[in-house]
Amino acid sequence: MALFRYHRPGDLSEAHARAVTPGAMYIAGGTDLLQLVQERVTQPAEVIDVNRLAPPEIETSEGGVRIGAGAKLNAMAAHPLVRERYPVVAEALMGSASPQVRNMATAGGNLLQRTRCLYFRDVATPCNKRQPGSGCSAWDGQNRQNAIFGGSPTCIAVQPSDFAVALLACDAEIVLASPGGERRVPMADFHRLPIEAPEIETVMEPGELITAIELPDRAAQRRSRYLKVRDRASFEWAVTSCALSIRMEGGAVSEARVAVGGVGTKPWRLPNVEPAIVGQALTEQVITSAAERAAEGAEPRQHNAFKVPLLVGTVRKALREFAQMEAVQP
Amino acid sequence: MPEDGRALEIELRVNGQSRRLGVEGSTTLLDALRDRLHLTGTKKGCDLGQCGACTVLLDGQRVVSCLTLAAQADGRDVITIEGIAPEGQLHPVQAAFIEHDAFQCGYCTPGQIMSAVALIQEGRATSDEEIREHMSGNLCRCGAYTNIVAAVRDAAAKMA
Ligand SMILES: Cc1cc2nc3c(=O)[nH]c(=O)nc-3n(C[C@H](O)[C@H](O)[C@H](O)COP(=O)(O)OP(=O)(O)OC[C@H]3O[C@@H](n4cnc5c(N)ncnc54)[C@H](O)[C@@H]3O)c2cc1C
Ligand code: SF4
Ligand code: FES
Ligand code: FES
Repeated sequence: MALFRYHRPGDLSEAHARAVTPGAMYIAGGTDLLQLVQERVTQPAEVIDVNRLAPPEIETSEGGVRIGAGAKLNAMAAHPLVRERYPVVAEALMGSASPQVRNMATAGGNLLQRTRCLYFRDVATPCNKRQPGSGCSAWDGQNRQNAIFGGSPTCIAVQPSDFAVALLACDAEIVLASPGGERRVPMADFHRLPIEAPEIETVMEPGELITAIELPDRAAQRRSRYLKVRDRASFEWAVTSCALSIRMEGGAVSEARVAVGGVGTKPWRLPNVEPAIVGQALTEQVITSAAERAAEGAEPRQHNAFKVPLLVGTVRKALREFAQMEAVQP
Repeated sequence: MPEDGRALEIELRVNGQSRRLGVEGSTTLLDALRDRLHLTGTKKGCDLGQCGACTVLLDGQRVVSCLTLAAQADGRDVITIEGIAPEGQLHPVQAAFIEHDAFQCGYCTPGQIMSAVALIQEGRATSDEEIREHMSGNLCRCGAYTNIVAAVRDAAAKMA
């Protein structure tokens, strides 16, 4: 592996001061960062270990649940507060990576994992995200994995986190800290569209640290589930996925979040599907016609046009399974 | 740990023994085990977290050592394939792998066995379906999967 220095800062201000120096990067579980170093996509001069600064605790807070940014994926998926109140989050996590990686990877690092776009991880090819201004090899190349929402000729890379899609359905907020203080960013606003600067993926400022993720109580009042479609049964990123968080009152949907993964340059909500189910009972007819609207506005490229019908089918299946679940335990 | 962050002095507790060693900031736990401590039972397949050949237990939990920095394992407990059974004896999972012919070339086997030991401890070996799902982080290019599942099922029953 390419050489870099390793530091374990004592507090946030030391971490921040180091992180803003050229070539410095934070490391948590290391599961994405070290892959990128091995493939020479990223060459840090120094890594700053945030494990002591990003706590792993998962606890109730203001009626909701606060997940420390250092929580491991497996620990979150197994935690009763997550499993019972936000099943969509636990299911998305259990369907992520492998048991070994889930024991290492953290909540904070997961949201910042880089795209699986083939060209981003192949240093022999042009890629605007890896090398700004070099061009996008995927636009007219092998773009089977790439996005159908939120792209432009600059970049059509999918943001691959399953967790982020589930968090979007739960109206989660990301807590960011710097020596100047703390701020909260809704999951929906955390990732940026790759329009002008695809190399800048989030609204985080240099040196800022993710310290926690907050899930509100109102999302715990809804029922939720996650459906992931992939090229093999396990241990694979999503081709498409669907996170549902729905409140039923008197047999009809009173509030709905339908978020999808594998298709957007950031976690994507479906603005036309949600109103098509609100106020309705989840009958087969309502489900089918709502799901038909899932891919409205999609802009597929040559090899990923299959994601349009696949997304419709994914949303339909997720809604059907949700309706069956409701029928069994109303 | 010296200030420059490049040449680090760390201490690992490996298979019950305390080992001090010098590593680079960028040395992985896998390279430290194989190249510095000469524990070559832990294998390097992909070096990208994708195959599981390098699986070890870190503070009792299975991890891929290729994506773990040695510096991040400083002061922690590491169990490798060399440490799961006393010298000259087989762990029940090792015995089951032999009995069920759960390998061909054997390259993935140390990682498979470490993962299986962890999976049984996690209480995840209750059905073949569950074994398959929770062994999915370990690939076998020889395709010995059917016999691996049989070996894990058998070892879990014997260890219950
Ligand atoms: C084989 C394999 C399969 C996978 N499959 C899936 C999958 O199916 N679905 C899925 O969603 N993911 C998958 N992943 C991705 C995995 O979930 C991420 O690599 C992991 O969550 C990243 O977390 P980490 O703690 O290891 O981050 P690191 O690799 O340590 O860091 C990632 C990035 O985040 C930054 N960072 C980390 N923590 C903080 C913080 N607190 N504040 C600010 N910056 C921070 C780092 O600087 C770095 O840029 C897979 C990974 C592997 C290796
Ligand atoms: S889609 Fe984005 S990540 Fe992929 S090659 Fe184009 S610019 Fe790079
Ligand atoms: S060598 Fe570590 S997972 Fe393949
Ligand atoms: S036995 Fe050859 S790779 Fe598994």
